[in-house]
Amino acid sequence: MITVSSARKNYGDFLALDDVELEIPSGSLTALLGPSGSGKSTLLRAIAGLETLDAGVVCIAGVDVSREPPQRRGIGFVFQHYAAFRHMTVRDNVAFGLTIRRRPKAEVRRKVDELLEIVGLDGLQHRYPAQLSGGQRQRMALARALAVDPQVLLLDEPFGALDATVRADLRQWLRRLHDEVHVTTVLVTHDQQEALDVADRIAVLNKGRIEQVGDPVSLYERPANDFVMSFLGSVARLAGHLVRPHDIVLDRDLAVVQRDDARAPSSPGVVSAAIERVVRLGFEVRVELRANTGERFAAQITRAEADRQRFVAGETVHARATRPLDATDTDPSLAI
Amino acid sequence: MTTAIQHREDLTVSSSPPARPAGADPAPPGRRLRAPGRALGVGVVGLWLSVIVLLPLAALTVASLEQGLAGSWEAVTSPAALAALRTTLLVSAVVALVNSVMGTLIAWVLVRDHFPGQPIINALIDLPFALPTIVASIVLLSLYGPNSPIGVQLNATRWGLIVALAFVTLPFVVRSVQPVLIELEREVEEAAASLGASASTTFRRVVLPTLAPAIISGTGLAFARAVGEYGSVVLIGGNLPRETQVVSQYIQQQIEIDRPVNAAAVSVALLSVSFLTLFVLRLWGSRSQRRQERTS
Repeated sequence: MITVSSARKNYGDFLALDDVELEIPSGSLTALLGPSGSGKSTLLRAIAGLETLDAGVVCIAGVDVSREPPQRRGIGFVFQHYAAFRHMTVRDNVAFGLTIRRRPKAEVRRKVDELLEIVGLDGLQHRYPAQLSGGQRQRMALARALAVDPQVLLLDEPFGALDATVRADLRQWLRRLHDEVHVTTVLVTHDQQEALDVADRIAVLNKGRIEQVGDPVSLYERPANDFVMSFLGSVARLAGHLVRPHDIVLDRDLAVVQRDDARAPSSPGVVSAAIERVVRLGFEVRVELRANTGERFAAQITRAEADRQRFVAGETVHARATRPLDATDTDPSLAI
Repeated sequence: MTTAIQHREDLTVSSSPPARPAGADPAPPGRRLRAPGRALGVGVVGLWLSVIVLLPLAALTVASLEQGLAGSWEAVTSPAALAALRTTLLVSAVVALVNSVMGTLIAWVLVRDHFPGQPIINALIDLPFALPTIVASIVLLSLYGPNSPIGVQLNATRWGLIVALAFVTLPFVVRSVQPVLIELEREVEEAAASLGASASTTFRRVVLPTLAPAIISGTGLAFARAVGEYGSVVLIGGNLPRETQVVSQYIQQQIEIDRPVNAAAVSVALLSVSFLTLFVLRLWGSRSQRRQERTS
C-alpha cells in the first residue's frame, strides 16, 4: 500500500502537484493518467524519491519514507527510455541491484536466470543493450527492477518510446506479468487506451490535481467531470448533452430512433442532422454529422449497422443519445 | 564504360564489411551513385595525408638511416638521448595521468554544476590552444621562476616541466569528456540509485565506464602532445641534461652541433613511442566504445 498525502511541488512558478491525496492498494496495478504537465510523472518520481516534495508525506507499506533517498525505499523504477547500462551485458544489467548488495554469486545467477525467463530474454543474456530491440530493452529494464524484490514497481511511461504494435503486445504482457508476480505497480501514462487496458485502478490527473480515482469501467461510464469524461475517450455533444460516439442511434426512420427499448433506454430528444462524411475504420464506422442547429458531432456505428443502413454523405438522418454522460447526472460520491 | 561500372562495383563490394560476390546482389541505385564520390574522397584524403604526414615521416626515417641502422641505434641509445627520452616519457605520463583525473573533474563541474561565470570558465579551457606556447613559458617562468612573486620556484625542475605541460595539455581530456557527459542521461544514474547504488557506486560502476573511452582518448592526446612539446618547456625547464632536458630540446641541441642524423634518429624513436601509445589507447578505447554504440 502506498499513501500520498498533501503532496505539493512547485517548479518555480509552475505548480506540478497541488495538495495531492492518493491511496494505492497493495497488489493493485494503478495507472496515473493525465495529459503532459498534469503532474503524473512528478507524483511517481516523488513516490520513488527521485523528486523531493515541497510538502506532504509518502508512505510505503505503512512507513513514512518522505525523507528517505530512493536507495532505501524498496522500489523498482522503469524509465521511458530504458535507462540501460550500456556497457554491461543483459545479464549484468539485471544482476546490478544484486551484485552491489554483494549477494552470493550462485544466488545472483539463479535469480537472474529466473527473471530472464519470466521476461522472455533467456538466451540473450550475453548481448549488450545496443543489440536489443526497444521492447526487449524495456523487458530487460523490468527484470532489472524486479531483481531487487521491490515492494512497489513504478513505471514511467514504460511503453512511450515503442511503436504501436509492440506497445500493445507489451502492455498485455505486463498485465499477465502482474497477475503472476502481484507486486504493487504504479504506471504513468498519457494514453487512456493503455490505462483502460492494463490497470485495475486509474487516477486521472489534471493541472497537479487528482480529478477522479476508480476502476476503468466506472471512470468511463460515470466520469466525475467534463475533464475526466473527455480525457477517457472521445465525446460528442448532442442536443446539449455529452455522449460517447458509440452511444448514438442513427436512422432515417424517426420512429426507430424514438423507440425506447433496452438497447436504447429513454433519453433526451431527437436531433435531425445531415451526414457530412462516412469513414470506415476497420471494424467500426464513424459518421460525421451536422445537426440542424449547426452543431457538428460524430457517431460511431458498427460495420453491420453501416452495411444495413448504407448512409451516404448529404442525406439527413435522425439521431438520439442513448446513454448521455453528463457530469451533472453522475454519482457525485465518485468525485474525490 | 564496362570497366568503369566494373570498377564501381568492386569498390562498393570491397568497402562494405560483409563481402558479397560482385553483381550477385546489385547495389541499390543510391549506393551506386555515391560510389564515385567515395573514390574521390578516398583519393583526396590519401593525397593530403601523403603530402602532409607520410612523406615528411618517410623522409625523416630515411635521414635517420643515413649512417646505417647501427649508427642510428647508437644515436638513440647514447646516455644523453636515453636520459632525455626517459625524462620526456616520465613527465608526459605524469601529466597525462593528472589530466585524466583533473580533466574529467573539470568537465564534470562544467556540465553538471551551474555557477555564475561558468561560460567564461568554459571558454578559458581552450586558451592553452590559442596561446603561443612560448608565452606560456614566459608567464610560468615569471610566476614560478627565480623571482617568483609567490615564493614558489619550479624553474629547472621536473615539477616545472609538469606544470608547463599540464597547462598546455589541459583542453584535451576536458573537451573529449564534455560531450559524452552531456549525452549521458540522468535517468541512468537514477536507475542505479533506485536499484540501491550509492552515489559513489553509481559513479564507479555506471558513469565512469561510460566515460572511459572519452577519458582514454583525451589522455592519449594529452600524452602525445606532452611528448612532442617544445615551446612551453624551453624556458621553465632549464634544459639540464639528464635532469630536465626533454627530447625536443635534445633534438634541437643535436641540430645545433651539426648532427642532423642523430636528431633524426631520436625523432624516429620518439615518433614510434608516441604512435604506439596512441595506437594502443585507441584500440582500447574503441573496444569499450563499440559495446556501447547503438547498432540500430
